Amino acid sequence: MGARQRIVIAKPGLDGHDRGAKVVARALRDGGHEVIYTGLRRTPSQIVRTIMDEDARFVGLSSLSGAHSHLFPKICNLLREAGLNDVVVFGGGIIPKEDRSALFAAGVKALFGPGTPSTEILEFVESASLRDCGVGSQDDWHWGE
Amino acid sequence: MLLARQLSAIESGEMQVEHTDGLIVAITGPPGIGKSCLIDGILHRLSPKHTVAVLAVDPTSPLSGGALLGDRIRLSVLDDDSKSDSIYVRSIATRSSSGSMPSIVKDLASHLLANSFDLVIIETVGAGQSEMRCAAVANRIIVVEGPARGDGVQAEKAGLLELADLIVVNKSDLDGADRVVNDLTVSLTLTNDAPPIIRTSALEGEGLDELAELILTIEERISSRRARVRQQLLMAHENILIRNPAFDAIIDRMSEEGMSLEDALRELNE
Repeated sequence: MGARQRIVIAKPGLDGHDRGAKVVARALRDGGHEVIYTGLRRTPSQIVRTIMDEDARFVGLSSLSGAHSHLFPKICNLLREAGLNDVVVFGGGIIPKEDRSALFAAGVKALFGPGTPSTEILEFVESASLRDCGVGSQDDWHWGE
Repeated sequence: MLLARQLSAIESGEMQVEHTDGLIVAITGPPGIGKSCLIDGILHRLSPKHTVAVLAVDPTSPLSGGALLGDRIRLSVLDDDSKSDSIYVRSIATRSSSGSMPSIVKDLASHLLANSFDLVIIETVGAGQSEMRCAAVANRIIVVEGPARGDGVQAEKAGLLELADLIVVNKSDLDGADRVVNDLTVSLTLTNDAPPIIRTSALEGEGLDELAELILTIEERISSRRARVRQQLLMAHENILIRNPAFDAIIDRMSEEGMSLEDALRELNE
């Protein structure tokens, strides 16, 4: 098991479904991490404020409403503006294949769809924590294909 | 360095803190009694005039070492841009501390006071009677009670109530709140310097103005001072034990190799 990380799990936008986010939060907790859950319907600036106050190294964004292509890059930009360049962003939910490359280009480091084993998310956190791949880094690595 | 990063450095032992005097109020009481919602009500009333920091403590799993920290969810005040700038909220996991109040919280609170916060509120885990350790960290204690929490004998039990500088009976919109206030009042008439008791409803807003005013001016009860010092000593002693390099190895030997408690104590004292 890797080092303990502080991880914010957030629900941006108007999507009201958080079963997935809660399952991921629980899996990360059981993997030995400290998880801060934001609750539903957060704005990008509220999420960035939470990441800053809580000094989290990771943020997981969950979206099932189709607004990911707007919300995820916006959060990446706000993190860079706030100087939180070492925060690693990952996402999950219903993310169509054709949207993925744009999200990776925006700074998202992993996208986990339905059916992802929780162990894979833990492996991602451990791998990402060992490299300098925060949202402000030049590292174009991302998890998976 | 950002304040949040400094707090992490303190938590992990990389940064030392000097003691700073100031108001540190612990809000304690059983799970689901409304501690987070009361804190939200207090913050809505105190900010932006006062700067307030909240340290919200949640338990670390003894099995995985992980934690789920969810106290921010109920703090609607953070969504109000005119107020959120004077507020800082940080979730704290209990990590390796044995009880529900890690001693590092005292250093974190000191650092926040040194960074010009007027008041630090500590929200405890909410394990009820066993939370006396918060007396070692805070200099004022608010105990939150509510209706439907057992019969009148509960009010007679020794414990946290004896340390309270203020008792809040929340959920006053529900039946039975009057009886709880009554039971507590009767029980405390036998005490020389009984703490004040107020009724609140975090849901309907009743009593929150009074609570927000009181939190800045609560007086320390003389009779609880001895108990506070006792908790401070216990916590300091426990820290020595936890920092003992052999501590974790001895737990392993006790749980896996059947090492006896007597042998463990002897080895720890060597």
